[in-house]
Amino acid sequence: MVSLSWHAPATLAAMLFIIGLIGLLARRSLIFVLMSIEIMLNAAGLLFITAGMRWGNPQGQIMFIFVINLAGAELALGLILLLRLRNRLTTLDGDAANRLRDVQA
Amino acid sequence: MNHLLWLVPASPLMGATILGLCGTMLPARAAAIIGTASVGIAAFIAILIGLHWYAAAPPSHILIQHLWTWLTLPGLTVDISLYLDPVALLMMLVITIIGTLIHLFSTAYMAGEAGYSRYFAYLNLFVAAMLLLILASDLLVLFVGWEGVGVCSYLLVGFWFQDAANGYAARKSFIVTRIADIAMLAGILLLAVKLGTLSIQPMLARATELWPHGGAWPTLAAGLLLIGGLGKSAQFPFQTWLPDAMAGPTPVSALIHAATMVTAGVYLVVRLHVLYLLAPDVLLAISIGAGITILLAALAALVQSDIKRVLAYSTISQIGYMFLALGVGAWSAGMFHFLTHAVFKALLFLSAGAIAMRLDHEQDIFKMGGLRTSLPLAFWSFLIGAASLAAVPIISAGSFSKEMILGAVWFAPGIGPGLWAAGLLGALITATYSFRVVFLVFFGPAHTPVTGRSGAPIAVPLVLLAAGSLLIGWLETPSFLGGDRLVMTLLHPVLGSPAPRSALAILVEAAGYIVPLLGIAIAYTLYRNGHWQRVAAAEPGALRRLLRTGFGFDALYEALLVRPFMALVRALRHDPVDHVVTLISAATLQLHHTLRRSQIGQIRRYAAWLMAGSIATIALLVFA
Amino acid sequence: MILAWLLIIPLLGGLLAWPADRITPMLPRAISLATLLLELGLILPLVHGSGAAILSAPSPITSGRWLATFDASWIPTLGISIRLDLDGLSWLLIVLTTIIGLFAVIVSWREIDHSTGFFHANLLWSLAGSIGVFLALDLFLFFFFWEVMLVPMYFIIAIWGHEHRRRAAIKFFLFTQGSGLLMLLSILALAFLHQRQTGVLTFDYVTLLASQPTGRLGTLIMLGFFIAFLVKLPSFPVHIWLPDTHTEAPTAGSVILASILLKTAGYGLMRFAVPLFTAAAHHIAPIAMALGTISIFYGAILAYGQSDLKKLVAYSSISHMGFVLIGIYSFNALAWQGAVILMIAHGVSTGALFITVGSIQHRLHTRDLTRMGGLWTDLPRLSSFGTFFVVASMGLPGLGNFVGEFLILRGVYAVSPTIAILAAIGLIPAALYSLIAIQRAFHGEANAKRGTHDFGTRETAMMLALGAAVIWLGIDPQPVLKIAAPSIAVLLPITHAAAIPATRRGT
Repeated sequence: MVSLSWHAPATLAAMLFIIGLIGLLARRSLIFVLMSIEIMLNAAGLLFITAGMRWGNPQGQIMFIFVINLAGAELALGLILLLRLRNRLTTLDGDAANRLRDVQA
Repeated sequence: MNHLLWLVPASPLMGATILGLCGTMLPARAAAIIGTASVGIAAFIAILIGLHWYAAAPPSHILIQHLWTWLTLPGLTVDISLYLDPVALLMMLVITIIGTLIHLFSTAYMAGEAGYSRYFAYLNLFVAAMLLLILASDLLVLFVGWEGVGVCSYLLVGFWFQDAANGYAARKSFIVTRIADIAMLAGILLLAVKLGTLSIQPMLARATELWPHGGAWPTLAAGLLLIGGLGKSAQFPFQTWLPDAMAGPTPVSALIHAATMVTAGVYLVVRLHVLYLLAPDVLLAISIGAGITILLAALAALVQSDIKRVLAYSTISQIGYMFLALGVGAWSAGMFHFLTHAVFKALLFLSAGAIAMRLDHEQDIFKMGGLRTSLPLAFWSFLIGAASLAAVPIISAGSFSKEMILGAVWFAPGIGPGLWAAGLLGALITATYSFRVVFLVFFGPAHTPVTGRSGAPIAVPLVLLAAGSLLIGWLETPSFLGGDRLVMTLLHPVLGSPAPRSALAILVEAAGYIVPLLGIAIAYTLYRNGHWQRVAAAEPGALRRLLRTGFGFDALYEALLVRPFMALVRALRHDPVDHVVTLISAATLQLHHTLRRSQIGQIRRYAAWLMAGSIATIALLVFA
Repeated sequence: MILAWLLIIPLLGGLLAWPADRITPMLPRAISLATLLLELGLILPLVHGSGAAILSAPSPITSGRWLATFDASWIPTLGISIRLDLDGLSWLLIVLTTIIGLFAVIVSWREIDHSTGFFHANLLWSLAGSIGVFLALDLFLFFFFWEVMLVPMYFIIAIWGHEHRRRAAIKFFLFTQGSGLLMLLSILALAFLHQRQTGVLTFDYVTLLASQPTGRLGTLIMLGFFIAFLVKLPSFPVHIWLPDTHTEAPTAGSVILASILLKTAGYGLMRFAVPLFTAAAHHIAPIAMALGTISIFYGAILAYGQSDLKKLVAYSSISHMGFVLIGIYSFNALAWQGAVILMIAHGVSTGALFITVGSIQHRLHTRDLTRMGGLWTDLPRLSSFGTFFVVASMGLPGLGNFVGEFLILRGVYAVSPTIAILAAIGLIPAALYSLIAIQRAFHGEANAKRGTHDFGTRETAMMLALGAAVIWLGIDPQPVLKIAAPSIAVLLPITHAAAIPATRRGT
């Protein structure tokens, strides 16, 4: 059994997270925003597994299953919202959906 | 018979209840019958009890009827029971009999008024409350009657509620007496706490047992209760409400503001005279205050132009005489004057009412005149009443009682002669102002045409009261007229015998008889022959204006009490505390305006902030 | 079990009434009426028979001799149980609640014409909450009912109120809820303190009575209760929610608020704030008395200045409740009896006044005194009843309020003559605002023809019943005093016994 160092997966997780974050901040299209969030979630999941491996504890893997479920549910909801938004605003630009802001601001 | 005592207050109360609940559905005639009959029944029972008493007085001259226990708690038990002693008997007879006559008079006087049944409901309720006041065996129950008559007085003074001025007068009468009543309430609380009971007889017994003569507690208690009495009896310095209270219908003035309610203060002191004997300082204050009241009110009466205001001031002044008697310990003399005053003052008011009815409710004496021939009945009854008020010797009831008071005052130690002089001067002025009215109203040229007719309900009370004014004094005569002592004998078991009067100097006695005649002579010279009539009707000077306003007490109280209160009300009206809370909510809003700027609605901006926050937090956790 | 039914019946009645208006708007009214009559039939007999025997033989509170009890576990791990106990004091206030509730239903018969179902559901739930407050002897349960009572009231004001109802409802909610949270903190602190002392976590009132926290901590915990009840009473300076709330609430809301909800505060002070913290309560007594006295004057003076008739009555309530406050903090049995009587009499007379004002508003579409005047000409019956109840609330001897005020003054006088006399002087402004209200509403010249109709049979009967109650309380208060006496006898000795060593420690 090859014992893997935990450094590499952790670095990968951090990189994935930063990529997702940049995508989230930089892209306007909500499709990309959703995808970025997924990437970030996966980064977190990867970190869980890595941590579980590092401490020899199965709870990290259990958490990852949770995260997958969560990501699936979140994605479903996100896509529904996205569709509704597209129907209403005829665009996928996230900045156009700023109706929640305070009216006078 | 005696077991029917409860019916005496209950009968008018029932009348009031019936009239109050379904008075509007009854025809006026039925309302009049119920109103008068309920008091009539009370009078009938009262007379029966009185006769029974005369035949065979109950043991120790006290009749107690226990009705029910109001409240009983550790440290305080109050029974609702009726306590009839000779003093209360006298009061009860006067209230019910005069009350019946005035109800009878009212049936005609108020005929055709809106709220006819309401009037009788109030009047019945008043009689019930007044009877409760005098029959109460417990000070707290007495206070119930005391406030009850106050409220009835308020309702009746403001009976013609459409006119705001009547409402003002009614409120004034109630508030002024209420201020005094608070002192009385404080006195009651003091007695309850210090003596442990409010039942009058045990309370008085305990007071004499526990408290030394002239001690601080009896003085304080007696003084506080006295303030209540002075307020109710419109004595100095509370006299201001009574002249205004004349806004009510005239029979109300006769019953409440002359014969009965305003003498409640006198009754209170007599009822508690054992307590007052422990407080010589208070007695001294009573007599001095009475002297002031007599002169103030008599002088004010001298210049009034409204016939009812003259009578109101005369009432204040006459009750002053009663208090003068009480101040020197002549309890029964005070009660005797109460009796005669109730009769002749009711007579005067009813006569004034009978006159006003026929003159289209004109009350200005300068607009009357020459009524001697057109209204003979009113003339004779008013004349008899005025003679009694002026204390014309021998023929009038007033002279007997006033003479008795002056005689007792003369012998009071210390300031007796001074008070006597004040009383005598008061008698002079009284005779002058009462005959001033007689001359102005009944003699000289007529100014206002007489209309309408007066029926039996007007005539019967006048005749009966006039007879009473002439004759009732003979119940109690000075030694040279036979020395009847019927009233004294009746009151003796409670109030003891007055000091023997044999030593009365002949000059003192004579002065009391001559002075009223002198006063009438002055009135005759001034007002009978046109000259002063014109002067009196002319623009008044400063002195006369001062007198006419009753020495400006109204203005004084206005400045001292009413204005500051109104200023306070205006300052607080919008609830300053509420502003503090408004301030808090305004601050919250301000904060909201400041913070809302950051909410621009762009998800990416939020996410960036989120990130920055997270990084900062982690950095803090890692490096700190 | 009967106590549980006392709560279940109005809760169920509310559930039934809610959807019933889909059938006909009349049905919820009938359901509420029937519910409350049933409730009354259940509660009234409890003081007879064995109840009478218990009442006549007072015993220490810890021995648990109650008119009726109910105990069921709720959250045992936290020591929370559904403990309901009924003694004379609770009985009186529950009877008042039920009867006033009946009148509130009758008053709303015509006034409430939309969503009657939800209205009556809220009404019944609010009543159930107050009944729970009067019954609960588990502090957590007490807090629960305290909230249950408020939320439906919020809806009643916010939905069926007058012009500025939203604002008033929010103000009401924030004040009562905020103070309620303070109380919750205190309840938790008290329970945890007790746990630290004895190792047992419980919210049981009788157990916690033994805890008696003293010192600074005791005062702090007590303040939570005290402030909550002070807000509810209400007393100066936390009274400000009351005038707005009363003004905007529908008639039934005002009636319940004035006649019942305010009484929960007096009850809370007597049952919880004083006995649980006797030493601290004694420490705070001078402040409480001062606040009470200020309330008496402040309420009266502001009442005089109002031109809105409902606000006038609301401020007068503040003045009356000032008497209750000084009475309770005199720690004198007579004053406590007086406070009970005054609470009941005030409930009846002020309830009647709010009904009168509501009727005036219904007829004239205004509560503004400057636009009234001369009502007696058009509406003699309404005006005479109005005058009667104004005079009653002014404290006319012979009527219920006077008995309460006198007993309070008598009790307070024994402790502090100064406060008693000051409070008595407060009766003068009471006369001022009462008479000015009569003058401006009923007396004076009749304005232009209004063509309004006087009280009908329903309203007259209601007023007669309330009037009879006020008179009865005034001339024969003894039964009420007798029923309340055992409760007061057990609540006050605790106070004295615990206070004496505490004050010694303090000096």
